[in-house]
Amino acid sequence: MTSRVLGVVLGAAVLALVPTPRLTAQGANLPPVIQPRNAADSLLESRTTELARELRCPVCQGLSIQDSPSELSQQMRALVKEQIVSGKSDEDVLAYFVSKYGEWILLAPKARGFNLVAYLLPPLLLVAGAVGVWMLVKSWTRQPQVVSASSGAEAPPED
Amino acid sequence: MNWRRAAWASLAAAPVVTLLAWGMTRDPNEIHSPLPGREAPAFALRVFAPGEPPLARTVGDTLTLGRMRGKIVVLNFWASWCLECRVEHRDLSTVARQMTDKPVQFIGVLYNDVASAGLDWIQGMSGQAYPGVLDPGARTAIDYGLYGVPETFVIDGKGRVAYKHTGAIPAELLTLKIDSLLAAGSAASAPTGPVVP
Repeated sequence: MTSRVLGVVLGAAVLALVPTPRLTAQGANLPPVIQPRNAADSLLESRTTELARELRCPVCQGLSIQDSPSELSQQMRALVKEQIVSGKSDEDVLAYFVSKYGEWILLAPKARGFNLVAYLLPPLLLVAGAVGVWMLVKSWTRQPQVVSASSGAEAPPED
Repeated sequence: MNWRRAAWASLAAAPVVTLLAWGMTRDPNEIHSPLPGREAPAFALRVFAPGEPPLARTVGDTLTLGRMRGKIVVLNFWASWCLECRVEHRDLSTVARQMTDKPVQFIGVLYNDVASAGLDWIQGMSGQAYPGVLDPGARTAIDYGLYGVPETFVIDGKGRVAYKHTGAIPAELLTLKIDSLLAAGSAASAPTGPVVP
């Protein structure tokens, strides 16, 4: 009987010493060592994707290196990731590619100098078009009054 | 009538038409390189094709730009799958052989290709006068802003990119570029500075 009690106590002590996984507030069962690394990996992936979306694939037509399946794009994307890992900022990474390929490599040109045409012309044309349509509609809606006035003038007097 | 209105419409359309007309004069496939005039990106590339004497290099050796300071370097990017590379290959080897007594170093960089395919291609093209090197991950190609093959860079003795040519380079043009650099004393007067790996 005593030995059985002793066995139960020892068993309970051993079980108490075995580390048990803790549940987080979200109910997830994540090892604390892996969690930050995964977060860092996902941040790295997200930064790489964002930057790769801004860079033009040199061997494609209007595709970013993120969207292009070409070998060169994949190599450029790997280089983007490598530069991020080495501690370079987003601006540094973009500046590197601009220094090699010129501003052409940026899918969205910088809003300065002649590039401003690309940013300003579409809204200007839109406004000009809207003004044109408004003037046209105004002239259309004005015409019937003129016609009715003249037809009224030409109409024989009522007796 | 509407002469006034027509004049206004023409005036409004003129800038757009001018812009479109200017755009038609430009080749969208041609990418302006910012490299000419700037310091050439350093490289350290392993030889996979030795070339022919007296320009031969040992397979496995590493060629670095820093060790070529004082020489004019012709860096030609090519691949075995590139049709246009066949056009220029004989010209490149011919010019390289003509320049053996001058401070000029020719290097063929295999772009996105495997060494065995490159060696087969060289053999099929009756050899190559100058050494061929590998560019793993196309790092040197990206460093030189490459967007296709063949592309050729002529680097002066001071380590600056003097000229970039896209497409097959004719022998006459390449000779002219090298001769003009030699005449300007680019190779001879260049300081033999510290070796940069």
